[in-house]
Amino acid sequence: MKSILKSFAVAFAATALLAAPGFAADTIKLGVAGAHSGDLASYGLPSVNAAQLVVKKINANGGVLGKKVELLVEDDVCKPEVAGNTATKLVSDGANLILGHICSGATKAALGFYKDAKIVAMSPSATNPDLTLSGEYPNFFRTIPHDAKQAQLQVQFATKTLGVKTVAILHDKGDYGKGQAELAKKYFEEAGVEVVLFEGVTPGAVDYSAIVTKVRRKKPELVVWGGYHPEASKIVTLMRKKRMKTLFMGADGVKDDTFIKVAGKYAEGVYATGPMDISNNPLAKQAKKEHQDEFGSDPGAFFDAAYSAALAMLNAVEKAGSTDYDAVVKALQTEYVDTPLGKIRFDQAGDATGIGFTVYQVKDGKFTEQK
Amino acid sequence: MEFDFFLELFFGGLTRGSIYALIALGYTMVYGIIQLINFAHGEIYMIGAFTGLIVSSVLTMAGFPQLAVVVVAACAAVIYACSYGYTMEKIAYKPLRNAPRLSALISAIGMSLFLQNYVLLAQTSDFLPFPSLIPDFEFWEPYAHIMTSPELVIIITTIVVMIGLTFLIKFTQVGKAMRATSQDQTMAALLGVNVDRIISITFVVGSATAAIGGLLIASHIGQINFYMGFIAGIKAFVAAVLGGIGSIPGAVLGSLVLGWTESFFTGYISSDYEDVFAFLFLVLILIFRPSGILGRSETQKV
Repeated sequence: MKSILKSFAVAFAATALLAAPGFAADTIKLGVAGAHSGDLASYGLPSVNAAQLVVKKINANGGVLGKKVELLVEDDVCKPEVAGNTATKLVSDGANLILGHICSGATKAALGFYKDAKIVAMSPSATNPDLTLSGEYPNFFRTIPHDAKQAQLQVQFATKTLGVKTVAILHDKGDYGKGQAELAKKYFEEAGVEVVLFEGVTPGAVDYSAIVTKVRRKKPELVVWGGYHPEASKIVTLMRKKRMKTLFMGADGVKDDTFIKVAGKYAEGVYATGPMDISNNPLAKQAKKEHQDEFGSDPGAFFDAAYSAALAMLNAVEKAGSTDYDAVVKALQTEYVDTPLGKIRFDQAGDATGIGFTVYQVKDGKFTEQK
Repeated sequence: MEFDFFLELFFGGLTRGSIYALIALGYTMVYGIIQLINFAHGEIYMIGAFTGLIVSSVLTMAGFPQLAVVVVAACAAVIYACSYGYTMEKIAYKPLRNAPRLSALISAIGMSLFLQNYVLLAQTSDFLPFPSLIPDFEFWEPYAHIMTSPELVIIITTIVVMIGLTFLIKFTQVGKAMRATSQDQTMAALLGVNVDRIISITFVVGSATAAIGGLLIASHIGQINFYMGFIAGIKAFVAAVLGGIGSIPGAVLGSLVLGWTESFFTGYISSDYEDVFAFLFLVLILIFRPSGILGRSETQKV
């Protein structure tokens, strides 16, 4: 076993030497870390493709600050225990920027190494709220909205646009649904809205008349649902049949066409948050076409986010005029950049602004975006 | 307000209990006759709902009036579910009639999974919208919210089915034969009762009530999918045991008790623990009254 590992190490070292023709030459090194093998490879490999496309394009146009961009691709298999080694390897290879990691757990494990080495890391896919909100990783940025963004948006919309003062929060007791509901509860309470009811229901139960009765008695102005659409449509249907006009809002688990199909006329007026529609963005269309031309297939998961992250980081280096950590961070937070996700920059915590979720409302049997 | 709330929960629990009862009747009757827990019974309820959906969609598209759609869909659901119940007994249980009880039980579980997957493949795994077969009408204010018309229909249907079933068992030739078969199969056969036919009839009658239950709840909730029979079936089975399995009034009483427990628990305490307490209640009842509320404790003949 040891000898196999050793021969692997030798082979790796050899390829590293061969693959680095510009060893002495001055390049900007963009590390790409994530799951490139194993069962989660389908989440990581699109990022590698995205980085290759961006770098190829930028190098063809003369590079960044007159230097070519070089890719350092490292696999972490989405495992926190591997991610530390991946990060160490990238740091010792002299990476200036990191695109990655892919999984929240692995990202968390790797970030400390980059922080010590003063390297900016940007993930296209790690959605754990703590990564940015805890403030522990000032070198971390991401081009995907974190899990709490959706709840924050719901609360903002409910208080600012709908002006509600009382809310009932129901969920399906599952990881996804209960997580959403708990975040919503936290932000509603912070916004001074009274949460009159917070309860979980059993998915698949014969009917929900008791919980609907209870909601009616508490008289909230809005019902927020954390969970998927089958239970949501049952609850909405029952509420409307009992002549309740209480507003109803779900998250991306409800923003599904099946919801409208099943709930039918009772779906009218229901609010749901969901990812912004980027399919009309010309840059997104172009990136997709580039992927088609280069690899002959459709891009996979988080491709747009990874493409945008690579663009944003290289743009920040260009604007900062160097790869100096402080200058790059400042450029990321102040300079807007056009990406497939839209025009973005990053807030103090490291989350991209101008991307994320939108509130939709069912109107005439369709989800329509609320401006 | 307090009393309104109580009433609303009461009727909600009654509706839910009625649905459980329509399914539980099949469990209890089959158990009463051949001491088999027919775990595929929840799937019959699901098949009833699916048949109702298909037939009512076709008829609505063809422009039939609402009343005709309801009647034909209900008949079709009942007939189709009955034929499934009948065939199921012939394929999965009859060959095992003299096998150990465990074999028949496992055959029942297999049948349940088979039917679920069959509907999944033949139809879809998605949730399907179910049309409102029972027209909504408003009760006078301020009582409009206490009960909806589908709930009223569900409760009334259950009562009618109950009366019909009691009549069938108490006062007809078939009912007499059923009672005889449940007491002693060999003896009944010796006295000229066609035991196989009686068992088939039991399956058919149980399937019919389950199909009605499936159709009513689907129309009330507005959606169905292939998995809907599983939880409903388990709950109805629990209700049948609670009331005393083998006893028809017991199945209904157990169902209502379970429905009310769930409803009041959700209303006054929390729905988070609805199932926990419903089943804790079951355990307590079975500890203090092992044969169920109305069940008679049998002396096993050795």
